[in-house]
Amino acid sequence: MTKARTLYEKIWDAHVVEQRPDGTCLIFIDRHLVHEVTSPQAFAGLRAAGRKVRRPDLTLAVPDHNVPTTARRDAAGNKLPITDAESAAQLAALAKNAPDFGIRYIEETALEQGIVHVVGPEQGFSLPGATIVCGDSHTACHGGIGALAFGIGTSEVEHVLATQTLLLQPAKTMEVRVEGEVGPAVSAKDIILHITGVIGAAGGTGHVIEYTGSAIRSLSIEGRLTISNMAIEGGARAGLIAPDDVTFAYLKDRPYAPKGDDWDAAVAYWKSLATDAGATYDKTVIINAADIAPSVTWGTSPEDVVPITGMVPDPASFADPSKQIAAAKSLEYMGLTPGTKLSDVEVQNIFIGSCTNSRIEDMRAAAAILKGRKKADNVKWAIVVPGSGLVKAQAEAEGLDKIFIDAGLEWREPGCSACLAMNPDKVPAGERCASTSNRNFVGRQGPGARTHLVSPAMAAAAAVTGKLTDVRELMA
Amino acid sequence: MNPLNQVEGRAIPLGLKNCDTDVIIPAHWLKTVSREGLGKGAFETLRTDPDNLFDSAEFQGSPILIGGDNFGCGSSREHAAWAIGDLGIRVVIAPSYSDIFSGNAVKNGILPLVLPQEAVDRLMEVAQTDPISVDLEAQTVTTPFQDRFRFEIDPFRKMCLLGGLDEISITEQSDAAIAAHEEKISSNQPWMIPAAQ
Ligand code: SF4
Repeated sequence: MTKARTLYEKIWDAHVVEQRPDGTCLIFIDRHLVHEVTSPQAFAGLRAAGRKVRRPDLTLAVPDHNVPTTARRDAAGNKLPITDAESAAQLAALAKNAPDFGIRYIEETALEQGIVHVVGPEQGFSLPGATIVCGDSHTACHGGIGALAFGIGTSEVEHVLATQTLLLQPAKTMEVRVEGEVGPAVSAKDIILHITGVIGAAGGTGHVIEYTGSAIRSLSIEGRLTISNMAIEGGARAGLIAPDDVTFAYLKDRPYAPKGDDWDAAVAYWKSLATDAGATYDKTVIINAADIAPSVTWGTSPEDVVPITGMVPDPASFADPSKQIAAAKSLEYMGLTPGTKLSDVEVQNIFIGSCTNSRIEDMRAAAAILKGRKKADNVKWAIVVPGSGLVKAQAEAEGLDKIFIDAGLEWREPGCSACLAMNPDKVPAGERCASTSNRNFVGRQGPGARTHLVSPAMAAAAAVTGKLTDVRELMA
Repeated sequence: MNPLNQVEGRAIPLGLKNCDTDVIIPAHWLKTVSREGLGKGAFETLRTDPDNLFDSAEFQGSPILIGGDNFGCGSSREHAAWAIGDLGIRVVIAPSYSDIFSGNAVKNGILPLVLPQEAVDRLMEVAQTDPISVDLEAQTVTTPFQDRFRFEIDPFRKMCLLGGLDEISITEQSDAAIAAHEEKISSNQPWMIPAAQ
């Protein structure tokens, strides 16, 4: 009898090309996603060494991080130039490198363009059981469909381009089991914020987290991608959710997904990947879904999570002295005092987007709150940035764009946008933003910007009231 | 890549826990298509403070940086390793690192040295006034005060750092094994290869 294995171990074992005496393995990479920010130096390295891309057919390039989210073509249909010279140079480098090396390239004006982690699953390029890498830490996202996906640095991008492999140490395994049913208005985002608060920003270091339990199983693929996206916020190398019928239904007939007999063979294989009964994880954390409220961050680490009904904590309340110092620094940066109710905190900016929350369900959740309402006057800037051109088209077909525009929000073109402020979309210094992105780090949304991470419905609620708000109050 | 073995000099006592890569190099510095010159943007937000460690005369050209738990967490940007390297730092000492950062560091000839918190605390103290010595071959960190800490390192990483080796050329020696794996996929799981569009 073979040893009972976890989902992670099954995917790992199927990709070992070679094992070194010290346990390091050469792992085959099935899918490589490339964007404009972390790839120019890798292509330059290949050129300098006279190397080719080993498997252009397993590689897909799409620009996302610094494409502007304003109109990309003028009324006559001509491409508009990108004003920021450095952004333009990175975009031009990708537009040249991809065809030079024979790689599939989705250009910034294509309908399929979008954030690389939205595009991969949407195109059926990302598949369960596959190893997927990208020069971006939120590659963990693709774990939502059961792929072993992780972010890599530019040297590794070059290594994968040249050899289609990576040298890796096996990770430890961690199970985060969320059992039961969540309350009203508690979304996948609230679940992952809550988990990050419980395990801490370093809680998953060295581990691959598999999310299990009935609350995870009952999520849509959009929700599962949101969860796995933020595995990295808990310090993990990757997140995983076992593929099931929901996954198969989502992927069927996507452009790059297998077709016909191949599809049936693929599904049969994917079904064999679930963690075996009796397999053990190095660590298990169990969370009761009923304990999760609509959540919000107060500090500058994603672990700084409280329910929206909560208060800004006193740094002295943390047991760990280094956390006390970090919390005090966070509060200073965030301009918050301990004991303030989160629901009393005013916001001037709203960002609904990013690879965490820019899929069609996220658009629907925000629109449901904004329908027939207007943004508050103190909210100066509120943008909705769909994750891809296809999400945008779908939202427009459902009339969601009108709801956003009528409520006083801007409806933008797809890209990373204010998630990391590499394009012109930035939050001004000293101002607050209710943001559906994944990082509340110092300066992440622009120098001096203060980020509060929330779900799309919570961001919409904050837009309406001009304060961080318990979305349940707007749902009566 | 420059080989690395013995490094001696002043160590910047940063200490900061959860020092993320946005702190190491803010996103707006990522708009480059080259690896050089990022030292100017390294720790930019901390350096707005006129009394910061990085710009003090005392720590100019320090080859060692002491960090806190979970050093290099957050974004996978390799620019963080390039920026630290461009400052002239060859060794970072911390109780733990994000996996991505420590991998990136090694690939750029920087040693992400792990020591327990107590040892790091002691080195933080020494670094205020005196130099620190790191010996990769011997896997030790020593101070002028008889402190001697042994550290562990993965043998493969050690070999790459000591020899200044390029990982791609090492992997290329496994070409036959990679080709065999590719062959197995095309015959057993042909659906794994996306159709040409
Ligand atoms: S949306 Fe944000 S987190 Fe996602 S890939 Fe873009 S920059 Fe990274």
